[in-house]
Amino acid sequence: MDAQNVDNVISVRDLEVGFGKQLVLKGLNLDIRRGEILGFVGASGGGKSVLTRTIIGLLPKRRGEIEVFGKNLDELDELDRQKVEKRWGVLFQGGALFSSLNVIQNVQFPLREDLRLRGRLLDEIAVAKLEMVGLDASVCEKAPSELSGGMIKRAALARALALDPEIVFLDEPTSGLDPISAGEFDELIRALQQTLGLTVFMVTHDLYSLHSVCDRVAALADGKIIAEGPVESLMHAEHPWLKAYFGGKRGRVAMAGKRT
Amino acid sequence: MANEAWLKSTIDGRRLVLAAAGSWTATHAREIEPLVDAAVPDKAKFEQVDIDLARVEHIDTFGAWLVERLRRSATARGVTTAIVGLDTRFKVLFDEIAASNKKDAWRPHHEKPIVVSLLHIGKSVLATRDDFVDMINFLGVVAVAFARVLVKPWKFRFTSIIHQLDIVAFRAVPIIVLINFVIGAILAQQGIFHFRKFGAENFVVDMVGILTLREVGVLIVSIMVAGRSGSAYTAELGSMRMREEMDALRVMGFDPVEVLVLPRIIALIVALPLLTFIGSMSALVGAGIVTWLYGGMSPDAFIDRLREVVDLNTFEVGMYKAPFMAVVIGLVAAVEGFQVQGSAESLGEHTTSSVVKAIFLVIVLDGLFAVFFAGIGK
Repeated sequence: MDAQNVDNVISVRDLEVGFGKQLVLKGLNLDIRRGEILGFVGASGGGKSVLTRTIIGLLPKRRGEIEVFGKNLDELDELDRQKVEKRWGVLFQGGALFSSLNVIQNVQFPLREDLRLRGRLLDEIAVAKLEMVGLDASVCEKAPSELSGGMIKRAALARALALDPEIVFLDEPTSGLDPISAGEFDELIRALQQTLGLTVFMVTHDLYSLHSVCDRVAALADGKIIAEGPVESLMHAEHPWLKAYFGGKRGRVAMAGKRT
Repeated sequence: MANEAWLKSTIDGRRLVLAAAGSWTATHAREIEPLVDAAVPDKAKFEQVDIDLARVEHIDTFGAWLVERLRRSATARGVTTAIVGLDTRFKVLFDEIAASNKKDAWRPHHEKPIVVSLLHIGKSVLATRDDFVDMINFLGVVAVAFARVLVKPWKFRFTSIIHQLDIVAFRAVPIIVLINFVIGAILAQQGIFHFRKFGAENFVVDMVGILTLREVGVLIVSIMVAGRSGSAYTAELGSMRMREEMDALRVMGFDPVEVLVLPRIIALIVALPLLTFIGSMSALVGAGIVTWLYGGMSPDAFIDRLREVVDLNTFEVGMYKAPFMAVVIGLVAAVEGFQVQGSAESLGEHTTSSVVKAIFLVIVLDGLFAVFFAGIGK
């Protein structure tokens, strides 16, 4: 590891992922720095989720290296890999709350596994997490199916944060939320990032999110990162997809909204 | 991995200094908790507690909460508390944690087991009543839809019925034939085995003939259809409800009962007598083969004996029951399908209960028919 890599919690090198004959990621390079909120944009079906799922180990890669906390995931044995996995939390797009458990059991699920805490502390920590994501103790005993979309996302975020992870992967956290809830969720992510010192990797389509919470934005097109940097710098990038993305009507409106 | 976690207490007159050190993180929470609970000072001994965090290397929500719990317990006992030496990095976290668990600690509440089971019984009694009402209600709705279609015959969904018939009747033939064949054979074998002791092997034909044509044929077919098609109906209707397809139909001015339920129930009403006939015949063939190979009765003798003892009446009783079984299966499937809520587990629940209820009701109905036919002397 060279010195420059030290502050990269995740670094992806020359990553290739494909299905059958189709190559989705073609030699992709990406660094995620400690303590930043990285927004990740790209066309639908362009491989955003594929990258996320490859990093967290849900999809096999064909070539390339993924280093997390300076450790090459391929070189880790099962046990070390699990240790790394405990240091990240994932918020799936649909929440992926366990439908057979109620909200508090969902949040406690990762805690029960190997911390072996007593019931009282388990309850207190779970309630504290739920309160941190803006829910209160009244939702504890509700089933996931009784929650609204925004509450599901919050409960799922509480579960992702249960073990105090260092990295959080968010897959379209604001999709399916109304603009007010989406705005609140953005602020929540920002607040939690500051409170817990998180590194956040956020796949998003939400132009407002990009402007309001992301420290840096990386754009994916043609299986590669075509640009990365602060959102302002991407807005002036030359790549046709980025031009269309930020120059489109929605992009301009979002930008105007930012200024006022 | 990281270091241990400590909590060291130093007494300074009426002041207690609790110095925390090491890693106050999730992995150590199990060891820290007893330390924290043991360290809560008594007002009789101390006036002031300082919680010194200067030597804490790592702290996360778990550690922060335990510190907060210590602070609250001390305050509750009337001791003044202060947190000192907190790294500014963690200030936000501590503020956040200090705001949590404010209300009385949330506790999972468990009812007494006896209450839970009584509650359960009560709820299922009410649910049974609701189910009954729903079934009657739905029968009415289907009847109205049927009447509407009779008045406007061009609204009759002939293609849909044929399609359903193909699935429900035609494709069910192999399994129905197989199962009834086996059951006929088993009945005959058991009959021969036991009747032989009395030298009454011939009566096996009476038993198998009457039993299959009157009761077993239609029952086995109904149970198979409930499991095969009733569950499929519930799953189809339920998933259409889940995906708002029913609402889409309704806003386009179609009645989901007329479009989806009626053709299915009609298909069942046509299919069940056909399958019952095929199934009963198959059972008789199975019984005939066993009486021939195992009982040594020639096929001709079997058929002659069958002609003698089974009259048309017996056959009719079995066939009359079939369409009623079909209505019950169809209704249960539709009622359950329409009750599916938004989630996949609800779909699974209702599909299961559709099969269970349909089979139960089919058997109950068969019992009622037995009473009825005995009453009218058939």
